[in-house]
Amino acid sequence: MNFIEAEHLSFYYEQEDEQQNTQKLVLRDVSLSVKKGEFLAVIGHNGSGKSTLSKHMNAILLPTGGRMYVDGIDTSDEERIYEVRRKVGLVLQNPDNQLVASIVEEDVAFGPENLGVEPEEIRRRVDKSLKAVDMYEYRLHAPHKLSGGQKQRIAIAGILAMEPDCIVLDEPTAMLDPKGREEVISAVTKLNKEQGITVVIITHNMEETVNCDRVVVMDKGKILTQGTPREVFSQVQLIRSHQLDVPQATELCSMLVSVGLSLVQLPLDTQECIDALSEVLL
Amino acid sequence: MSKPILRTEDLCLVYGKGTPFEKQAVKNVNIEINRGEVIGVIGHTGSGKSTLMQMLNGLIKPTSGKVYLDGTDIHADKKKLRDVRFRVGLVFQYPENQLFEETVRQDIAFGPRNMGLPDESIQKRVMRAAAFSGLKEELLDRSPFDLSGGEKRRAAIAGVIAMDPEILILDEPTAGLDPMGRDVLLSQIEAYHKSRNNTVLLVSHSMEDIAGIADKVLVMNHGVCEMFDTTRNVFSRSEELETMGLRVPQITKITTELRKKGVPLSEGILTVEDAFKEISAILKKGGRI
Repeated sequence: MNFIEAEHLSFYYEQEDEQQNTQKLVLRDVSLSVKKGEFLAVIGHNGSGKSTLSKHMNAILLPTGGRMYVDGIDTSDEERIYEVRRKVGLVLQNPDNQLVASIVEEDVAFGPENLGVEPEEIRRRVDKSLKAVDMYEYRLHAPHKLSGGQKQRIAIAGILAMEPDCIVLDEPTAMLDPKGREEVISAVTKLNKEQGITVVIITHNMEETVNCDRVVVMDKGKILTQGTPREVFSQVQLIRSHQLDVPQATELCSMLVSVGLSLVQLPLDTQECIDALSEVLL
Repeated sequence: MSKPILRTEDLCLVYGKGTPFEKQAVKNVNIEINRGEVIGVIGHTGSGKSTLMQMLNGLIKPTSGKVYLDGTDIHADKKKLRDVRFRVGLVFQYPENQLFEETVRQDIAFGPRNMGLPDESIQKRVMRAAAFSGLKEELLDRSPFDLSGGEKRRAAIAGVIAMDPEILILDEPTAGLDPMGRDVLLSQIEAYHKSRNNTVLLVSHSMEDIAGIADKVLVMNHGVCEMFDTTRNVFSRSEELETMGLRVPQITKITTELRKKGVPLSEGILTVEDAFKEISAILKKGGRI
């Protein structure tokens, strides 16, 4: 079985109106599997169900239909819910809402302390986690004085200190400046490549997804399409018709192809685009 | 040349003066903004952008230096500061957190009501502001807390637009919105600007947003105004921007690199459409398409 396995997952909220109770269906029969060590990006607009899906991955929400398995554990099994949460850590959009202590290293220690980890082991994990996100030299700083990208990396270190198998990040870069965004994405990429941690990232910024193993596009509670970034972003028309972005590099070349230019493949990033176009322009 | 609508003179702000936490957030900013311009404001987190914006409508009093609105020092007469805030409308980051009235209609009407306008004119302004922000009429009598995230954002912006400010300042209006919500909001800001010919200042971390809408760009870096020039000129300086933790739009980067390799493209191309026009013309000439 894959690390995360959603089988015909459905989810609805109960909505209380003045007259009646209505059900708002957010996920409709979603089946998705995430392999151990995979780097998965989920895109889609607000209300497409992507955040709801991610909250099922560490049992914050439980399916109202179908099943969700994490490392073989059914998340609806109440007795094993903490086991699920220990395996999958969640990082949210606003770093300020996720930091609890007044010193960076104390903040990172908060998770393992709650798990009852021995003090020496906590020390080891805190140092290791901070080094993994390149924030070790800030261990004695006050979190509120750091930049957004640094705060978000502290939040990631706090999750790492609980030694999860998988990290789910829900729009972790939405509030950051361009440099902060790059810092977070490169920290997460490093964890995936060097430590084999499974990563699921939800984002609106398509440039952040081009180095993932797989992109899943959500629309109206269903999976619209999925595949490697190249497979997904080659479908420029489909993506655009759902009012999502493709990287500007891909969009430009797709427009040129539509007026008759022949290219072997559509580029995904700046360098590929420069290479492809300098070949035909020079 | 006409007089600038907004001008700053050696504007400085020091937080926590005389304490160990003393920090100079804004240093000697001298800018002139003309009526009808759309200005993009960029800078890293903590660069002083938001502090500067709040000084422009008198919410924060500068430690030293002056802000002139239409030639008048805004702090010269304390009693007139209230009027300054009606004339310079500020939409904060995450403005949806500031909705508070019972209905959307009342929330939007709050500003104009405080201006002391007659009821009839308030209602007109509410309807117009709602239309500009793309809020459907049937939403006006709902509680603002029942709206979706994107709708709340629009209601909050409508509340400021209803005051019909001569200068509209928006601090990261598209943060957290999806691509569709972002496109709709930006095109509404643009439409509003075109119909009223007011001045707009737009703070954003998205260089693509700025490139698509701004006439000029103001770059803040560690409290200093490093650049204030046309959008094209600012984004032609990609290497300097990168040292400040900023980037240029991907399309600008691509066309700049191609230009360096000898492809005859204009400097500082800002949108995919413009890049497409120039590149397809070259391809046509060379018989490649």
